[in-house]
Amino acid sequence: MAAAPPARELTQNPLQKTWEPYDNGLPAGHSAQRGVCMTNCPTLIVMVGLPARGKTYISKKLTRYLNWIGVPTKEFNVGQYRRDLVKKYKSFEFFLPDNEEGLKIRKQCALAALNDVRQYLSEENGHVAVFDATNTTRERRETIYKFGEENGYKTFFVESVCVDPEVIAANIVQVKLGSPDYVDCSNDEATEDFMKRIECYKNSYETLDETLDKDLSYIKIMDVGRSYLVNRVMDHIQSRIVYYLMNIHVTPRSIYLCRHGESELNLKGRIGGDPGLSVRGKEFAKSLAQFINEQNIKDLKVWTSQMKRTIQTAEALGVPYEQWKVLNEIDAGVCEEMTYEEIQENYPLEFALRDQDKYRYRYPKGESYEDLVQRLEPVIMELERQENVLVICHQAVMRCLLAYFLDKPAEQLPYLKCPLHTVLKLTPVAYGCKVESIFLNVEAVNTHRDKPENVGVDRSREEALRTVPTHL
Amino acid sequence: MQNHSGCLNRGIRRPLGSVSCAKLQQNVHRVCMTNCPTLIVMVGLPARGKTYISKKLTRYLNWIGVPTKEFNVGQYRRDLVKKYKSFEFFLPDNEEGLKIRKQCALAALNDVRQYLSEENGHVAVFDATNTTRERRETIYKFGEENGYKTFFVESVCVDPEVIAANIVQVKLGSPDYVDCSNDEATEDFMKRIECYKNSYETLDETLDKDLSYIKIMDVGRSYLVNRVMDHIQSRIVYYLMNIHVTPRSIYLCRHGESELNLKGRIGGDPGLSVRGKEFAKSLAQFINEQNIKDLKVWTSQMKRTIQTAEALGVPYEQWKVLNEIDAGVCEEMTYEEIQENYPLEFALRDQDKYRYRYPKGESYEDLVQRLEPVIMELERQENVLVICHQAVMRCLLAYFLDKPAEQLPYLKCPLHTVLKLTPVAYGCKVESIFLNVEAVNTHRDKPENVGVDRSREEALRTVPTHL
Repeated sequence: MAAAPPARELTQNPLQKTWEPYDNGLPAGHSAQRGVCMTNCPTLIVMVGLPARGKTYISKKLTRYLNWIGVPTKEFNVGQYRRDLVKKYKSFEFFLPDNEEGLKIRKQCALAALNDVRQYLSEENGHVAVFDATNTTRERRETIYKFGEENGYKTFFVESVCVDPEVIAANIVQVKLGSPDYVDCSNDEATEDFMKRIECYKNSYETLDETLDKDLSYIKIMDVGRSYLVNRVMDHIQSRIVYYLMNIHVTPRSIYLCRHGESELNLKGRIGGDPGLSVRGKEFAKSLAQFINEQNIKDLKVWTSQMKRTIQTAEALGVPYEQWKVLNEIDAGVCEEMTYEEIQENYPLEFALRDQDKYRYRYPKGESYEDLVQRLEPVIMELERQENVLVICHQAVMRCLLAYFLDKPAEQLPYLKCPLHTVLKLTPVAYGCKVESIFLNVEAVNTHRDKPENVGVDRSREEALRTVPTHL
Repeated sequence: MQNHSGCLNRGIRRPLGSVSCAKLQQNVHRVCMTNCPTLIVMVGLPARGKTYISKKLTRYLNWIGVPTKEFNVGQYRRDLVKKYKSFEFFLPDNEEGLKIRKQCALAALNDVRQYLSEENGHVAVFDATNTTRERRETIYKFGEENGYKTFFVESVCVDPEVIAANIVQVKLGSPDYVDCSNDEATEDFMKRIECYKNSYETLDETLDKDLSYIKIMDVGRSYLVNRVMDHIQSRIVYYLMNIHVTPRSIYLCRHGESELNLKGRIGGDPGLSVRGKEFAKSLAQFINEQNIKDLKVWTSQMKRTIQTAEALGVPYEQWKVLNEIDAGVCEEMTYEEIQENYPLEFALRDQDKYRYRYPKGESYEDLVQRLEPVIMELERQENVLVICHQAVMRCLLAYFLDKPAEQLPYLKCPLHTVLKLTPVAYGCKVESIFLNVEAVNTHRDKPENVGVDRSREEALRTVPTHL
């Protein structure tokens, strides 16, 4: 047996504080950082189902989730390709099974979308592509599966089956009436046309079959999540996708996000720590209680972190609440309880690195926003399961949660505005989330520090501190 | 369970001794807040893995902090009918047999009721064939009457190879067949299975559409999941969908001895000592000799585990959640310094090492919560070597060996020793391999005196020697 080569030297990445092996002064391979999931080959998710079964809803939501947890994902909606090609939608007749012209265009769109999938996964470092189309025939699915095989992708089918006419009618109202296809129609005309569109697909619809499709990897979602059939989950990412899909629901509800009331350290411009509320912070807690009462929310769950300031805030509400350690504020390590001026004084290099990449930057002996997202994932999963929830948390934590709901990318996440004493009410609508921002009329310091112009390590103290908000 | 008005200070750090742990934990988010207890009901013909799943699921739930207990009706039968004669006991027209089996089922359900309603159990796993709709209705009604949520777990398998393998793994060694040859046992058991087949009513998509259940088909090739009602059921489904039975081994070890280990200091991010580097080379040799198929190697993001992995010369994955327990203000201290600076904390830790959280740090209980994704991925994987840390390794080991919270923080995980875990029957075989490179001992036993008024000497009595 050959002797193992001498162990390589390790150096610590100054931004992320991770230890990486170096070979002759250059970063070497063989050491992978565990992201949420290490996918070796790209994954192609293929949606299956009649129109108005929630395929696009699921595609967009799944894409948003995967991107948030750090898996580069993109959705490809074939209907959108059709709208780009055929400028004006006339009627359901485009979708008749014997409309040669229509079939030709639709096939062309599907191939154009698959080509973009290939570019995304094989050339642009995408990890997951979601192919959103009806894909209702076994023949079409075989074509796509072969495409996946040829390109070295793992294919996973997601079928949505629903026969409940009320659900379908509600879907049509939510997302079809406002579609570009029906911009010139009345609601009744649009609904009537869309129902005929669905009929066009029904005769040729071949649902995923336990016997005929036993070798495929898929999840069949029935009746908006009442039951699921899961077949041949192949790897970690598919397992996560299945878990996520089994936890989401469409019951209307609202999620309220806010920070703790202003704290004693907030007043002094200090970060982190475990301080109590200031006088104004306590005022806010009372205002929050009043606001929550007035909202008259059904079965509201209240969550806090395990830090004193969020718990004090919740106490004012006079209702049961759950404490989550994973909702604690980002750990600033050696910079805990410092002002930005002190950080600049003691750690000017760290301060600059943070401004260069605020998402990935990890405080020495602390955490990064990227770490935060990983520890908040169970919160997001449980938020998906729940209905009405109020989450009383912290600035960095709230930014992460907000980025998930509003689909904000990593670059923007650490700069999202989450001021004190302001409640954000998030209500899912159509394919996204409506946000209402309610300032509860109790003044507080501003804790938002924008990215300065100069992020170079050789910048002056004044340049570094220019965007620090005022404090005592 | 959730009355908080008047409990202002619950979340604020208080010394462990002043408020009972149960109260402290009251509305602190454990993994799952189940409002009503859950009754899990296994369903399936003999030799379909029901007991395997029951035991594994129970082990997992207890590890993540959900008090769970399994109730195996076959065991009740063995306790009542001292000597098993033959499969004829299970014939559908054996009146005596039917009477005894019903009696056992009721006795088990009574114990379930006591566990869930009187002993603060959260989940009970009722392990029996439960193959008729009538029997399942009886149990469901029992659940309803007592305010339990019922969740069925059915295992369906027709592959004769799998069934034969199950019989070899867990039936031949059963007390029922202690006086039989393997052939006699197998023959009898196959006839036992036949006794159930005629009356077997599998969970049906239409007839049972209002029940909550998961149907596991062909050892996990596919699953049918119906009406998951709450968080705990969702977690159970996720877990069951990630486990497999493919033979494999899990290797656990710590990093090589570090510079701080030598000085008796805890935590920090030190590099390996000379002997630690020796160990890394020995580990590489050991791994080579084991000739493991497709071995995955995982480390933490701390220098000492990564340095250890580097010596193996193979790809490895770094997990931040595998980092050692955060000792907060006590990081890089010796025990002597902790006693000097934080004698109260030091005593509290000895009083309840599992739940004790270092100031600005973590507890073992916190560790378990952050390690749960590691356990889930270990279940999905096959051959894995995890190079981690003392407290982390104790948590992982406790999961595999089903050690309760009280014992977990005192499990022995010495440096330079690899533990090879191989699933076998209903549990885990452990082989401990010391790789013949000396290292300091870092194991500190629980001292006799854990009172806050103890002397310095009493506190430090069990501290292992160091430079």
